[in-house]
Amino acid sequence: MAGSQQFHSRRRDDDAPGPEAPEPAPAAPQASSTERDDALDSLLDEIDGVLEKNATDFVHGFVQKGGQ
Amino acid sequence: MSVRRVMGIETELGITSTQVDQRGEPLTPMVLSGQVVRAYAAGAGPTAALPTGSGWDYADETPLRDARGYEMARALAHVSQLTDTFDPTIANSVLSNGARFYVDHAHPEYSSPEVTSPREAVRYDRAGELVGLAAVRTLAEQGRAVSLYKNNVDGKGASYGTHENYLVPRTVPFDRLAAQLIPFLVARPVIAGAGRVGLGQVSERSGFQLSQRADYLEAEVGLETTLRRPIVNTRDEPHATPHVHRRLHVIVGDATMADVTTLLALGSLSAVLRLVETHPGWVPDVRLADPVTAVKQISHDPSLRTTVPLTDGRDLTGPDLLESYLEAVERAAASGHEAWEPDADTTEVLTRWRSVLDALRRDPAECAAQVEWVAKLVLLERFRERTGAGWDDPRLAAMDIQWHDLDPARGLAQKLRAAGRLERLVPVDEVASAVTDPPEDTRAWFRGECVRRFGGDVRAASWDSVVLLDERGKLRRVQVPEPTAATRERISGLLARHTTTASLLTELASEDV
Repeated sequence: MAGSQQFHSRRRDDDAPGPEAPEPAPAAPQASSTERDDALDSLLDEIDGVLEKNATDFVHGFVQKGGQ
Repeated sequence: MSVRRVMGIETELGITSTQVDQRGEPLTPMVLSGQVVRAYAAGAGPTAALPTGSGWDYADETPLRDARGYEMARALAHVSQLTDTFDPTIANSVLSNGARFYVDHAHPEYSSPEVTSPREAVRYDRAGELVGLAAVRTLAEQGRAVSLYKNNVDGKGASYGTHENYLVPRTVPFDRLAAQLIPFLVARPVIAGAGRVGLGQVSERSGFQLSQRADYLEAEVGLETTLRRPIVNTRDEPHATPHVHRRLHVIVGDATMADVTTLLALGSLSAVLRLVETHPGWVPDVRLADPVTAVKQISHDPSLRTTVPLTDGRDLTGPDLLESYLEAVERAAASGHEAWEPDADTTEVLTRWRSVLDALRRDPAECAAQVEWVAKLVLLERFRERTGAGWDDPRLAAMDIQWHDLDPARGLAQKLRAAGRLERLVPVDEVASAVTDPPEDTRAWFRGECVRRFGGDVRAASWDSVVLLDERGKLRRVQVPEPTAATRERISGLLARHTTTASLLTELASEDV
């Protein structure tokens, strides 16, 4: 390398106000368990269409090398 | 500042493909991972991603330096620890959002740019999902099918990491930092786990647990990341002015698809770090008798009732441990100490941590839209009710893998997100902009803008440097040792004055910027 420059350090620990984060959304009112199950069931019906058809082969074939 | 600090998340992605070579053999994961990184760089174009033939600048990498004050001999290191040497066969790209996308061992890895808040970390972590998805789609157009999974285990003995990084003042003694963090990290999966089907490294026993990573942790403190994985990692590679900063490298966490879970993972840990920094005497005195066993015991019990022994004879649950840390953090936040300014990020994290922990103690199911392991468990339990499947049923293991698929057409977590059953913290358009736009308040802005503006003349980069071509065609290295230097505020004017790296370097050489 023919040469180098540096951006010099500037400590700015406590002088930077954070970006305004929106208020957390209020929690949704609890639906009755029956209603919640209906919603989950329709989602499971949808998911059923994309689930791997041969789960045993899919799981057996999901082999990874270890990593960090 | 409180929960605000320089931080980021690195994620190794699981990868599968049906492609075979000319002899009909499956392609190796190294080849597949290279395809993914090259496909993204090619598809995104030179203003969004450096061509993969460009380099990574390894000059400041020190993977064998140990935070406890010594350096491991190279001859004693496992080859996987030598992450500081150039291998021309490894695809590597630096993105205009400031991230690194490259092949790490046998996985594509997206290392997010450095950001200054947990909420921004969530945003850039989600952007990484879109980066992986774009690569998958580019490959699909070429007839090459690849699937990517944002998970950490294959259930057959292999684990690949999601590492978090936090900038910490060098003045904090590392031994104390490690000791005060360990009980928190052992209990954190209660609010931050992604959930896993199978118990044990090779899923020896059937069942469901909170954490993807717990069963692969084998030591309390150590340098390694691929073997004898520790709860606290000691790699002393700050990527920043070394006498001022440490980079705490956290390898125990899970890759997470649920926004609130990601926010809580990073926000709670950052708050505990601030507690360690400003009020070390307030950190709860909860020394675990056996942390490596405790992390598995807590992970293996979704009822959250299992207790783990302390050295003083007490027995506490995971929620008890988190409660003790949260109470201390809340006390510090209310203390009026200047480092606990109640900014919006801090208020959000502490409010959510409190509400999630209280709800988990009443009934974990209340947190199905916030805590990922709960969301996964509720889905799987409902499936079990409908089908009568036992925990050893391969359909549950398949759903667990598919939960993490980056393709929204198949990924179950993404199906829940789309159905409004996993709360979103970051609007879709803000995630999309984070794929190409760097954070404005860290040096990632300089790195990313160099890619965007000068593409072909950026020959290499690293977390703390960018290597550019000067007017004589020689390489010059611009160092940015401070993570909060070279921000948009500081250098947008400078970059706006130049259309070539040569003229930029000329001004940099003549002025103190």
